[in-house]
Amino acid sequence: MTVTPPIRQTGDLMYPGHVGCPGCGAVIAMKFALQALGEKTMLVIPACCWAIIAGPHPQTALKIPVLHTAFATAGAAASGLRAALDRRGDVETVVTAWAGDGGTFDIGFQSLSGAVERNEDFLYVCYDNEAYMNTGVQRSSATPFGTRTTTTPGKGWKATRKKNIVEVLAAHRIPYAATASIAYPDDMMRKFRTARNLKGGSRFIHVYATCPTGWRVPSDMTIAVARLAVQTNIFPLYEVADGVRYTLNESGDRPVTDYLEAQGRFKHLGEADCSAIQAMVDEDWHLLMRKIDG
Amino acid sequence: MKAVLEGSHAVSEAVRMARVEVVSAYPITPQTHIVEALSEYCADGSMDARFICVESEHSAMAAVIGAASGGVRTFTATSSHGLALMHELLHWASAARLPIVMAEVNRALGPGWNIWMDQTDSLAQRDTGWIQLYVEDGQEVLDTTLQAFRLAEAVNLPVMVVLDAFFLSHTYEPVDVPDQADVDRFLPSLEPRIKLDCDDPCAMSQMAPPGVYMEMRRDIQKGFERVPEAFAAVEGAFADIFNRRYGVMEAVACDDAETILVLTGTAAGTGRQVIDRLRSRGEKVGMVKLKMFRPFPVREIRSVLGAAGKVAVLDRNFSFGASGIFAQEIRAALYNGKAHPPVFGYIAGLGGRDVTVDTLETIYRMTCEQAVPEAESVWVGLNPPN
Repeated sequence: MTVTPPIRQTGDLMYPGHVGCPGCGAVIAMKFALQALGEKTMLVIPACCWAIIAGPHPQTALKIPVLHTAFATAGAAASGLRAALDRRGDVETVVTAWAGDGGTFDIGFQSLSGAVERNEDFLYVCYDNEAYMNTGVQRSSATPFGTRTTTTPGKGWKATRKKNIVEVLAAHRIPYAATASIAYPDDMMRKFRTARNLKGGSRFIHVYATCPTGWRVPSDMTIAVARLAVQTNIFPLYEVADGVRYTLNESGDRPVTDYLEAQGRFKHLGEADCSAIQAMVDEDWHLLMRKIDG
Repeated sequence: MKAVLEGSHAVSEAVRMARVEVVSAYPITPQTHIVEALSEYCADGSMDARFICVESEHSAMAAVIGAASGGVRTFTATSSHGLALMHELLHWASAARLPIVMAEVNRALGPGWNIWMDQTDSLAQRDTGWIQLYVEDGQEVLDTTLQAFRLAEAVNLPVMVVLDAFFLSHTYEPVDVPDQADVDRFLPSLEPRIKLDCDDPCAMSQMAPPGVYMEMRRDIQKGFERVPEAFAAVEGAFADIFNRRYGVMEAVACDDAETILVLTGTAAGTGRQVIDRLRSRGEKVGMVKLKMFRPFPVREIRSVLGAAGKVAVLDRNFSFGASGIFAQEIRAALYNGKAHPPVFGYIAGLGGRDVTVDTLETIYRMTCEQAVPEAESVWVGLNPPN
């Protein structure tokens, strides 16, 4: 077994100030991602929490170029920016789309699918906080079964599964797709370095990013909840090369109730609901194991 | 060199000679011949550019926004539903002050499905912050497309070159195709005023709170206020090399005209014939061909139309609940001027119905027969009810 060497911090590419909520997982995700990607990075950010977190004109929370773009366009705008850099002879800079789950799973899905089908030479990162948090916690297709949001309130909690975005991306046969978690920074930064170095095609990283505000957890529990998601196999960490070669990085064996009970968004669920979720997680886990074994 | 070119290919030729570096488009009839030709140029190496084959018009505009933000010359083309799908990003492109050029082939919107000529698609985008130029024939298509790049880059605003579906996009005409060396003299390579650069990082198009938003909007309008002068300079530079000039509008036989017809696009070509015919019968009629719609040439409109006894506007478009869109704009432009000739609005040619010499003569006759308009719009050439 190889041991991931410790990451040498190359200096933060975020300024100390930003306008994220206390304990925001998406901010931690950006900090780690940029440490791994380095300063030759351009971000393309559609409408999402980070469109706000990065700060209003004339300020910016980031030390690298940022192209803010319309909600549905991250994949397409990043394609255009990549084409411009290629024309300018800049092959070193990595164009990185940085979108939330809404901009990736839902409204931006078409332009993402189009871009990766063309195998555009970019990195696409979805920081997933599992609902439309920026607009006040409305459900997205990344919202898991059982969640209460402001559009799945009360007894109308979300009764369908979360879309499996990594499998959808892997089905496009892109060179690299991976899950990553802010609770596993070494693994996460290794994946960002891998993605950075894999030039010439589309790379996708699905980052699990706790939202204390929307998930109704204390802001000092951001990392603990993210770790529980991995330890319960709700969000196992794995990589897919060329859409077919799977590698498992991190998983666990804790019951999903450890994860669910830590969050206000699942507080209404009964025992049967939790059992149903456990069964779904187990089923997904077995499906994943089959791919890893094969 | 004279060549017989389809209107669509006059666009493609101009885009090739403009040395556009990134093209992105999604096919829609009747725009397809433009992008097919560009695809061929990119594939055979006669154009050194990247063609990004996106999965929608929304993504086409997003891709050229991304590319233009990266500091290269960009082009896209669309029509009708494609333009409607782009709507959000038309606003984005102009407010981001990106000098994108787009060919827009005027086509009707459904339902019912109709691929033919209609101006409502482009006119419905009038508030998106794009310069709009309506062209009459193949030569003007080629010339205006070349000029559009220089104009867009001079004022950092996007330009839409608008041509009639089929009547222009699919019609072959002799066109003087300039030499590349002359085009290079007219249109040097793009030196972007702003671009994304790792050595000089900045955030583009970020959040703009109430304390800064209005000034940004005002700056866009200031850009538009510079367009007439910039357009005149572009036309001057173009005329110096190519000896052709069009103007924001063209007045034909207007000096002593009692009635002036206002026409756009290929209808202006028909209008020239009608003016000749009516003048030969001693009718005091003139024609204004309106080329620039945004910014709206208020000064020229007041100066030329203000002197007429009556104005008759042909709209091959319609704004439901109101009237023809060119007529609305002309009425509004005249209102605060010194002279207020009555403005007669006529709707014809929707969804590709022919606008013939007879149609325009009918409009002229109807205008002569009334002292003042009986309605905001009169629909001409409707089939009789069953």
